[in-house]
Amino acid sequence: MLARRADIVGLGALAVSASCLVALGTGWFQGTLNALVVLLLLIVVVGVLVLAAFGGPEARRLLAPYGLMKPGLLWMALFFLAPVWSLVRISLSTKESRFSVRYEFNWAWENYSRAFSDFGGQFQRAFLYSFIATILTIVIGYPIAYVIAFRGGRFKNFLLGLVVIPFFTSYLIRTIAWSTILADQGPLVSVLNKLGLVNVFEWLHIMDNGKLLNTPAAVIGGLTYNFLPFMLLPIYVSLEKIDQNLVNAAKDLYSTPTVAFRKVVLPLSIPGVFAGTLLTFIPAAGDFVNAQFLGNPNTTMIGNSIQDQFLRQNNYPVASAMSTVLMVSITALVLLYTKFFGTEKLV
Amino acid sequence: MNSLRSRIARISLNVFAGLGLVYLFTPIFFIVLFSFNKPKGNYNIVWQEFTFDNWLDPFSQSSLTAALWTSLRISAAATLISTIFGSLIALALSRRAFKGSSVINLLLVLPLTTPEIVLGSSLATLFLNQTFVDFGSITVMIAHVMFQVSFVALTVRARIRGFDWTLEQAAADLGAKPWRTFRYVTFPLILPGVLAASLLAFALSIDDFIITFFNSGSTVTFPLQIYGAARVRIPPQINVLASMVLFFSVALLVLGTLSGQRSEAVKALKRSKDK
Repeated sequence: MLARRADIVGLGALAVSASCLVALGTGWFQGTLNALVVLLLLIVVVGVLVLAAFGGPEARRLLAPYGLMKPGLLWMALFFLAPVWSLVRISLSTKESRFSVRYEFNWAWENYSRAFSDFGGQFQRAFLYSFIATILTIVIGYPIAYVIAFRGGRFKNFLLGLVVIPFFTSYLIRTIAWSTILADQGPLVSVLNKLGLVNVFEWLHIMDNGKLLNTPAAVIGGLTYNFLPFMLLPIYVSLEKIDQNLVNAAKDLYSTPTVAFRKVVLPLSIPGVFAGTLLTFIPAAGDFVNAQFLGNPNTTMIGNSIQDQFLRQNNYPVASAMSTVLMVSITALVLLYTKFFGTEKLV
Repeated sequence: MNSLRSRIARISLNVFAGLGLVYLFTPIFFIVLFSFNKPKGNYNIVWQEFTFDNWLDPFSQSSLTAALWTSLRISAAATLISTIFGSLIALALSRRAFKGSSVINLLLVLPLTTPEIVLGSSLATLFLNQTFVDFGSITVMIAHVMFQVSFVALTVRARIRGFDWTLEQAAADLGAKPWRTFRYVTFPLILPGVLAASLLAFALSIDDFIITFFNSGSTVTFPLQIYGAARVRIPPQINVLASMVLFFSVALLVLGTLSGQRSEAVKALKRSKDK
């Protein structure tokens, strides 16, 4: 009986042992109860092994996938699920006393009201900047991906490699390099000064008081640059898959290139744009490196505030509250987005 | 008229893509250029004069070299663990449907749709509340394995999607024990996908900054060292090390393209001979 339903047993064992690890990691229980949880974990793991050893080939076949997944999934239970739980828990806690390192869980919603009242601007900027950056990566990335996919010919892989190579240098070094390029005494500002384009750029709100660095535009530009491959590569993959015969068929039926693009190529490449948008927007919204190296104190994003509150002020409850809000709002956006654009596979 | 218009459209698109490539390489050009600079003062920002000194002595900054070693050690260990764990998950997911696979798929995608800062800060709250490990190399490695596992699992799964599992049955029918089947049939077939995934996972790990920043304690990885250095001084050796990595990957790309073209050429030759 147990052997025939071995898949249920395997799934159950996986779920129970994952819950045990989450409970242990977040400290749900104290003292003896903790020992009981450890005991339960051991019993479940040993029990499945015994069933695999003596249950016969059918039981082993049914148990195999759960056994293969166990190490990885338990790692994720302990170091991804449990941390999210403890993040939410700390976000609702207060320090026991001013100099204590212990936190007491007491539904302290005031951490959230502080997060919104003190850091509302950072939330707004994080979402605004990463939204604009995402649009820009589509505008820049789509044509490049299109040219490589449809006109790359023999050099397709080489061109694709060329696009990826800049991102083999460290993320921080790339961002610091941009701060050199955009610096006041840097090359770009002096060229713009010579060409007399400064006024135009000021009017476009790209420059501010004759400065390129430490402006909102610099932060958005840095985000755009750093996350461009996350947009370009998925778009390329979806364009690459398009059967050229479909485009030829559209032309045979007297559609102009523009119409053929709009009615054939574009719809077929939407999954790539969709995946790219998620892969760009999500990391950009939580980023603090670009705002730190390319921005000024008035362009900080929520990532800067979380980092500052957590690592410098050691104000864990408010930092955790901001992290939780960021996590929840991103999840909500992703769900909304998948509702609107169909439920294509994310990866 | 019409053809002229479409030609102009065609050319302008190519030009736009070309400019895009220039844009992509602008900071890279500056990184390489400034590796030959002889900076005045602490910041390697303003061009002074050309020198080979930095290239002749790339490891003179001992803290930078030490950080690079720390990074390599942590990333190697994390990649090894996550490649094993992730590939096992991919193997389990891509064979046959089983109960609960949709929940597990969701669990694998979640770390990728969570901003790094949330992953890093939440893991730090977990480590804060316990006494088993202090913040350091171990916690950084744990953090890296956490985001690498789902990445490896999804990459390997995508690579072995079209895999013909009846080959395993054939081996079993011919009397091979499960271990022998794995060793001589399954493993060689999934190996290229596993290697590709582990290379990407290693690249993600060695360049990770945000998650590491929250969980490193006093351990200094290469990105953390650059971050710390950028506040007080930026030595040109950073540019040299970055350029080295860059040239190494360009060489790999060129070799890969050449060997790819050669195997294409060999295939074409064979085809023409067959005819």
